[in-house]
Amino acid sequence: MENNAKFLTETALRISGVNPRKCMKCGKCSATCPNYDKMEYHPHQFVTMVDRGQIEKLMESDSIYMCLSCMACVQRCPRGVEPGKLVEAVRLMKIRQQGMDHKGPRDIPPMVDEKVPQQLLMAAMRKYRK
Amino acid sequence: MTYSYYPGCTLKDRAKELDLYARASAKALGIELKELPQWQCCGAVYPAVKDEIASRLSSVRALMDAEEGKLVTMCSACHHVIKRTNYDWNNDENFRTKATNYMKPEVPYDGSTQVIHFLELIRDEIGFDELAKRVVNPLTGRKIGAFYGCMFLRPGKALAFDDPENPTIIENFIRALGAEAVTYPYRNECCGAYVVLEDKQVAVNQVDRALHSAKAAGVEELITACPLCRYNLIENAVKETMPVHYFTELLAEALGVKEVQ
Repeated sequence: MENNAKFLTETALRISGVNPRKCMKCGKCSATCPNYDKMEYHPHQFVTMVDRGQIEKLMESDSIYMCLSCMACVQRCPRGVEPGKLVEAVRLMKIRQQGMDHKGPRDIPPMVDEKVPQQLLMAAMRKYRK
Repeated sequence: MTYSYYPGCTLKDRAKELDLYARASAKALGIELKELPQWQCCGAVYPAVKDEIASRLSSVRALMDAEEGKLVTMCSACHHVIKRTNYDWNNDENFRTKATNYMKPEVPYDGSTQVIHFLELIRDEIGFDELAKRVVNPLTGRKIGAFYGCMFLRPGKALAFDDPENPTIIENFIRALGAEAVTYPYRNECCGAYVVLEDKQVAVNQVDRALHSAKAAGVEELITACPLCRYNLIENAVKETMPVHYFTELLAEALGVKEVQ
């Protein structure tokens, strides 16, 4: 593995606390994912790809913004791998880079109606920018 | 009894009813919800990585300010974030040390505050049987479904107050109010959450599945503890629609204090 890929993999493992080697490839995470169809890389693929050091591919994919953070995969993983934590880790690794906010405060107002709960706006700020 | 209470940002604005009906109902049940004198937004979503320290500090402050070792929450999101932060405090030494070093509190937080949702308070400290006795306007004949959503129960390891896959707390609450509790398969699935901002279709799909599932089981109205679930269930309902209330609204109605608001 080249140096950058190695660094990225170590970071993803460290901040997520996930051990992808515990995965027994049952696919339950992807089977239970409510937003499976919208993801280029599905939850089980996150686990395999992180293990193989393919973090950059994941960082470049919109899949990191399609996770609903509903914790279905986290709750239902029979091996306690908790794939959702890897999605969160890779998304943060992307937006923590300078100038890589996915959306900023100016992008949000045109996207919402007057009924949206503040909770949604707060969640967007947490998920899309650093 | 007086309990420290963390209302959260949405309950001060778009979800005022959730808060007002809760306070009125609590009063009718002989409970005072004492709002924390100063609180900060919980951040609405829990930062699920180990090195996000600062984004969990507002929750730690709320936990430290709670009196008598208990903090009552009302909103699913606040409950989720604060309870998980408390779990981290007691299980992740790195987080505990870094947060303490940063905040430098006069008295370090000892991790002993219990985060209890208002429904848990009713179940465990009043009891659903006792609640049923206090009901003056039983909701007889109404077929009500619980929409738990994702944040209220998962992950079960940290939230630990009901079975995350086969919950009963809201159904038992509905029964105590005199209504019929109807269970349906999608009651603990996600409403589409914040992804609705980027892709409305995601919420439309989730809501459609949930409402279809509820209708097929005979549900006529839904109750929830989450403002975002309620928003999605109403605003992104396309094929099926259904009235969606906060659980506190029905509680106030059954206790005869709804009109007071």
